Amino acid sequence: MDDRENKNKNEDNSSGISRRDVIKGLATIPAVGGVLYSAYQRRKYERILKSGIFSEIGIGSENNPGQQSNQINRDQQIRLGIIGFGIRGEQLVRAAGFASESWMRTQQERAQASGNNIALNTFLDQENLNIVFNGVCDIFEIEAERARKTVSLNGHQAKKYSHWKDLVHADDIDAVIIATPDHWHAPMAIEAAKSGKHVYLEKPMTHKMQETYDLYDIVKKTGIVLQLGHQFRQTESYGKAKDLIKKDVLGKITMVQSNTNRNSPNGAWQYPFHPEANQQNIDWQQFLGNAPDIPFNKDHFFRWRKYWAYGTGLSGDLLTHDYDAINQILDLGIPRYVTASGGIYFFKDGREVPDVFNALFEYPDKDLTYQYSATLANEYNRPNIIMGHDASMEVGNTLMVYPDRRSTRYENMINEGRIDLELPLFSYTSGSEGLDAITSATERYFASKGLLYTIKNGKRVDVTHLHIADWLDSIRTDKLPACHIDYGFEEAVAAHMGTLSLKLGRKIEWDQTNNFFANVSWEEVIEVLKG
Amino acid sequence: MKNEFSFFGTPAYSNKQISILVILRVVIGWHIFYEGFAKLINPNWSSAGYLLDSKGVFALFFQEIASNPTLLNIADTVNIWGLLIIGFCLMVGLFEKWVSIGGIILIGLYYLSHPPLIGFKFDAPGEGSYLLVNKNLIEILAISVNLVFPNSRLVGIDRLIYQSRISK
Repeated sequence: MDDRENKNKNEDNSSGISRRDVIKGLATIPAVGGVLYSAYQRRKYERILKSGIFSEIGIGSENNPGQQSNQINRDQQIRLGIIGFGIRGEQLVRAAGFASESWMRTQQERAQASGNNIALNTFLDQENLNIVFNGVCDIFEIEAERARKTVSLNGHQAKKYSHWKDLVHADDIDAVIIATPDHWHAPMAIEAAKSGKHVYLEKPMTHKMQETYDLYDIVKKTGIVLQLGHQFRQTESYGKAKDLIKKDVLGKITMVQSNTNRNSPNGAWQYPFHPEANQQNIDWQQFLGNAPDIPFNKDHFFRWRKYWAYGTGLSGDLLTHDYDAINQILDLGIPRYVTASGGIYFFKDGREVPDVFNALFEYPDKDLTYQYSATLANEYNRPNIIMGHDASMEVGNTLMVYPDRRSTRYENMINEGRIDLELPLFSYTSGSEGLDAITSATERYFASKGLLYTIKNGKRVDVTHLHIADWLDSIRTDKLPACHIDYGFEEAVAAHMGTLSLKLGRKIEWDQTNNFFANVSWEEVIEVLKG
Repeated sequence: MKNEFSFFGTPAYSNKQISILVILRVVIGWHIFYEGFAKLINPNWSSAGYLLDSKGVFALFFQEIASNPTLLNIADTVNIWGLLIIGFCLMVGLFEKWVSIGGIILIGLYYLSHPPLIGFKFDAPGEGSYLLVNKNLIEILAISVNLVFPNSRLVGIDRLIYQSRISK
């Protein structure tokens, strides 16, 4: 037919566009209407479903508390000192804006090899916090020199202190970052506070009980700004989780579970020794501090987290991160009872602290138990879950709210088929503009991957950078930082209760009225926590 | 073979052939257009997760796009509007040759970012089982059919364009 038609055309070119041409030319245009109409119908259906769920639960889909940007005047330069330039100390200095030469080199090599490097780009995108490091201190000479070089830029020369006390009392330092072994946290922070310096203190806040009170008192008395190093306070999704829980999306919460899942020598604190480390370039006596006097020992120096004299075990080292995150979301405070147990099951390398640890935090007045479980010998991804009668929330960089099959609140919606029990009721990914009801399977899979960084105002940001920035901004504006001393006190007591229970082998009770343990004597506390 | 290219470079088809070809073109267009449209109206949509999930020799290239906010923004925009324009043009039979090539390239990128090779597992849940050949590859070939059996000059807006050009 077309063949014949074509022949006709070719014979009569002058005839132009025929009616047949117009019909055939426009024949498939109705398909566009078809797809648009179907799309409209589908969208209408999903809107009704979604708004139904949101309105029934009483939340809007667009509110987003984590995305406000705060305009802080950073004209005033803050002069810092850093004590401890180990793994964490270097990370903190980098989060403050100074990357070591070796780190930059490694990252640039990686960037060249792979064509891209997220860590490097994120660092380069960091906001300028307008700080200067005037002092550095590390008792390992090689690290001290590396620290000095790292923060001495553009002609500025930071002073290298061989004793931390001199740094803390230096006149040209306003604030100090403390990233030392745990047994040094409180002594240094207390001294700094006495000297009127603001403190960014790595977790856990204290190693011993008495210093927990002492640090609390001095910070309250001097009014310095103390930020405890729980950088997950800056994880944007946690704010969202708090918001959702306030709106009672989960129903009555009676159980919270969080977990540490690690399975590597580094994750188990079995760090490599620095090849050039020796008794000459390490100030061993300064390392020991209030710990028992023993001969120079590289294992104790580099892997101090494995020993009670310097570290706090899983309770202080890793539980505190999870506890603080949960405390941030649920405002739990100090538990009434703590029961903990554990053992050295896998890393039989002479360590003193368990590599498998479980703790139960009971809050009878809140009708809730928080269960923490840690293993350093298995990486199976056990998520952190807040469990309510109506729904469970998986908490990470992404929030997933799963309705409960037996929920009272969602019963009708479940029966009417408006809620799919196989899919999250809501999901929220850090940085997205709103909540998503009816998550597709694909989105769910991607979200479960999680992200290394939180997203703030559309930019990928390292939470540690945000935490340091929050501390500095708090100093400038005289506001409370995100993880202030009250949270620090709660964190320290909770961690100590875990260690006490583990070591004493019994349930530890906290007496809120007396601000002390109800069933542990000071003698026992000193015996277990060495002070 | 005399009739093979008898209408401005378009082969002569039987009624059945032209019907199937046009239907094929319209449904591919419908699918591509709706893929773009669904992304356009979803404020939270981003290709980041998909790109990060990339595997194979080009994985680094796609992951780099995902990790750079500017590039990601461009990729998202190009993807959405590429899909919409290609889908629309295929449906109405406009610029058939060029949008077919565009469609092959675009879906080719999807295929290359997620090649269903032995040993590769993707987070994106698949509803079927694929080995080397997946639906992206089949869609690429379906568009290729459209490219080598052009039909928009018979049924489609291209017919009007070529007719008016010829009649001048």
